[in-house]
Amino acid sequence: MTELKNELIRHSAADLAAKLAAREVSAVEVTQAHLDRIADVDGQINAFLHVNTEEALAVAAEVDAARAAGGAAAEELHALAGVPIAVKDLIVTIGQPTTAGSKILEGWHSPYDATVIKKLRAAKMPILGKTNLDEFAMGSSTEHSAYGPTRNPWDLDRIPGGSGGGSAAAVAAFEAPLALGTDTGGSIRQPGAVTGTVGVKPTYGAVSRYGAIAMASSLDQIGPVSRTVLDSALLQEVIGGHDPFDSTSLTDPFDNLAAAARVGNVAGMKIGIIKELHGEGYQAGVENRFNESLQLLKDAGAEIVEVSCPNLKYALGAYYLIMPSEASSNLAKFDGVRYGLRALPQDGPMTIERVMGATRAAGFGDEVKRRIILGTYALSAGYYDAYYGSAQKVRTLIQRDFDAAFSNADVLISPTAPTTAFKLGEKANDPLAMYLNDVATIPANMAGIPGLSLPGGLADEDGLPVGVQLLAPARQDARLYRVGAVLESILEEKWGGPLLAQAPELKTPALGAASNSAGGSN
Amino acid sequence: MSVDATLSFEEAMEKYDPVLGFEVHVELNTKTKMFSSAPNVFGDEPNTNVNEVDLGMPGVLPVVNKTAVESSIKIGLALNCKIAEYCRFARKNYFYPDTPKNFQTSQYDEPIAYDGYLDIELEDGTVFRVEIERAHMEEDAGKLTHMGGSAGRIQGADYSLVDYNRSGVPLVEIVTKPIQGAGSRAPELAKAYVAAVREIVKNLGVSDAKMERGNVRCDANVSLRPHGQERFGIRSETKNVNSLRAVEHAVRYEIQRHAAVLDSGQPVIQETRHWHEDTRSTTSGRAKSDADDYRYFPEPDLVPVVASREWVEELRATLPEPPAERRKRLKEAWGYSDLEFRDVVNAGVMDSIEETIAAGASADVARKWWMGEIVGRAKVADVDPSALGVTPQVIVELNKLVEDGKINNKMATQVLDGVLAGEGTPAEIVEKRGLAVVSDDGPLLEAIDAALAAQPDVAEKIRSGKLQAIGAIVGGVMKATRGQADAGRVKELILEKLGVQA
Repeated sequence: MTELKNELIRHSAADLAAKLAAREVSAVEVTQAHLDRIADVDGQINAFLHVNTEEALAVAAEVDAARAAGGAAAEELHALAGVPIAVKDLIVTIGQPTTAGSKILEGWHSPYDATVIKKLRAAKMPILGKTNLDEFAMGSSTEHSAYGPTRNPWDLDRIPGGSGGGSAAAVAAFEAPLALGTDTGGSIRQPGAVTGTVGVKPTYGAVSRYGAIAMASSLDQIGPVSRTVLDSALLQEVIGGHDPFDSTSLTDPFDNLAAAARVGNVAGMKIGIIKELHGEGYQAGVENRFNESLQLLKDAGAEIVEVSCPNLKYALGAYYLIMPSEASSNLAKFDGVRYGLRALPQDGPMTIERVMGATRAAGFGDEVKRRIILGTYALSAGYYDAYYGSAQKVRTLIQRDFDAAFSNADVLISPTAPTTAFKLGEKANDPLAMYLNDVATIPANMAGIPGLSLPGGLADEDGLPVGVQLLAPARQDARLYRVGAVLESILEEKWGGPLLAQAPELKTPALGAASNSAGGSN
Repeated sequence: MSVDATLSFEEAMEKYDPVLGFEVHVELNTKTKMFSSAPNVFGDEPNTNVNEVDLGMPGVLPVVNKTAVESSIKIGLALNCKIAEYCRFARKNYFYPDTPKNFQTSQYDEPIAYDGYLDIELEDGTVFRVEIERAHMEEDAGKLTHMGGSAGRIQGADYSLVDYNRSGVPLVEIVTKPIQGAGSRAPELAKAYVAAVREIVKNLGVSDAKMERGNVRCDANVSLRPHGQERFGIRSETKNVNSLRAVEHAVRYEIQRHAAVLDSGQPVIQETRHWHEDTRSTTSGRAKSDADDYRYFPEPDLVPVVASREWVEELRATLPEPPAERRKRLKEAWGYSDLEFRDVVNAGVMDSIEETIAAGASADVARKWWMGEIVGRAKVADVDPSALGVTPQVIVELNKLVEDGKINNKMATQVLDGVLAGEGTPAEIVEKRGLAVVSDDGPLLEAIDAALAAQPDVAEKIRSGKLQAIGAIVGGVMKATRGQADAGRVKELILEKLGVQA
């Protein structure tokens, strides 16, 4: 690996965009540098399920050609044209397989592009490939992928969070400057927290869900994954906006996000600590870094207030009724009739019902089956009111709690996850412990409000990244970027550089080390 | 399959009181589907009018067709329903290969239209009010064709073919409240109700309303209870009864079957029944209980449908004349008597007559042809009169041939038969069959002379002013000319010959 390449992969997307615009570097060089990095380190990380070499380089070459041609062709290029990106394998793409991390979709190619993919193509951002995830985004560790777990670049024995562990790890391991994730209960933010990266769940409806394979329709949201707050803002501006193919997408413009990330001050802003989302149950190192961030924001001129959202204690329980209920219906289409895996019953009559049953038995993993069964039960006649109905009421109460909290604060703040990255296998047999990891991220999905996680430093006891979560009222995503960018810059000043500069170097062939075979390869 | 026992209809009526209920599915004729931009077209190559949404591909989302909502509101208004200001779609979850998502997007407890009624006029003019519980929006399923096995049923089939062209076609399902008090007129009411719904949606222009294409499909619920009992009996639901006559027959059959079951002391089984046109009977479908669990929940991929009062009033203002009012207007315009008009309506030829008049015929000529000739032939052929194959143009042409004296009425009926036999246009048939009125007076005068000579007493009567006696002479002439004479001209010539003023 040359020094130049090593530098290229460490740039933020904003810096790469500037270098590309100034023609200091070509899009093909930038893309190739990331493809090389993937080839070098992904055997250890297993962030990618598919690498899209040919197409990514072709798009990069188009960008270079347009820049070389100058004039209108160059002027029409999007600011991020030529900046490569990785895509969570829950989002459908023409020309690449989409598996959702499941055996049931192994080998399936989508005949259509997700709306966000169309937008990436329009912006001419080379798509590096598809990233690993917990099967159908169900999990908090990426261990539930049918294609093997992804490993945390900070410690290969630890989980990268989930479900979007692949996107977060790819960005943390400098395999991509940007990635797309999806967040139903924290699947963008919690991986961001445990890998020392930035992840944003936009306001529900701010980004079209068309082409994101649904887990829980009323909670799912596509969002950006990056190493800087500004980069996430830039990416949300690319992928956001109203989509006629998604009736739940908002018509509001979200074009002030990068500008908000560049405001540079929080003086006079009121930042609310959510009483119920820290303290007991949170790892000491997480709590310490969180308190440190509060002090830094206070020093920067923000007013820190405490708010209470008493109904958040019901959020996890309600979430585990609404999410599986919707998932049980959304995943009904995977039946072996029209696409994907078809398994036949081992014996007995060959009826359509039995083929569907055999396909779903063979194609779905345990966590997916667990949620389908839970959701099917919760929606059943006689139980609907007690379970799904009550959970929807809790949801309304949570929304009211947030409304009240936001009448006293511009943004709210909490740790993103109660712990740092745990070890692979540690919670594999304890679903409840796994679910508890999302206790602080789930409320934003339940209320439809935006949330951002950024690195808050390393926990004293294990030296692993801690995430700080910011929440804003619905449609006020800009506030997250404003406050997040300020906190990021104060913290980086304190650290003397980005947190990821402190991450251990991954072994690469260029450094003369044998490739770590753990995690398998694609 | 075993044949169920039945009681005679009369005996059933003597012992039991029928309660009916109908679910009528109306396919809307929107350009695109309920939730996708794929074309809504009937009869194309299988699986061509589909996109990723209709196929239930991973990641797809539905978007509501605004025209379908408008059509649904129009149907609701025409059924005198209230229109919900706010309503949602729901998912009806069940695994079946004709439904690609394995759930149907429908409306559950929040229908767009509810609490309406329809006044149904029976053949003798009795008006019976049918109360409408709801009209809700949903999507159609794909079409399954079961191959191998017996009689196109899924049981025992080797494999099934699926055509998803119909998947996602917008439907409005109209559900009645239980219809009580129809008594022995239940079968007739059933037919009249479905006919009225079909007429309304056709009149609104929101559906092609062709039952033979499944644009209007009827599920008929029937239950019996002993006279005087308040509580309803157990019902059966006969699915997809897809012609007006079949609706009448199916209700009648089910009443007779239920009566036999009840008479034997057995309980009626709550189930769906399949209607068989060939045997005019039903067979058992699947057991259906109120406990069928479709795990309905509000469709999270769609936002609620909000129908502002202004929008509803705008749509109300665009509604065409209601069929009942239209009938009143047409009756007056055509000058038919009550009886004549009712016969026309009951024979199902009002639209045809209107079209025939529009094509240039007089009201009396149109009625004479449809009621006098076509209805009878349709009955023999066992089809609806409009489906027999006689166009308004044929009637206008036939009538012109008669008026121009080129053929007489008797020949015209032969020409009509020729048209139905596919021999060509009326003019071509006249030519081919050599049918032409003998218009040369020479041969007629000879025949008249012979007729008068054969019946001198009749000739005398005519001379003395008893003009009605002329028929006997005309008859003789027609016989002699083998019907090829123009009876009007023959009459004129006889009077002329006898020197009598008409």
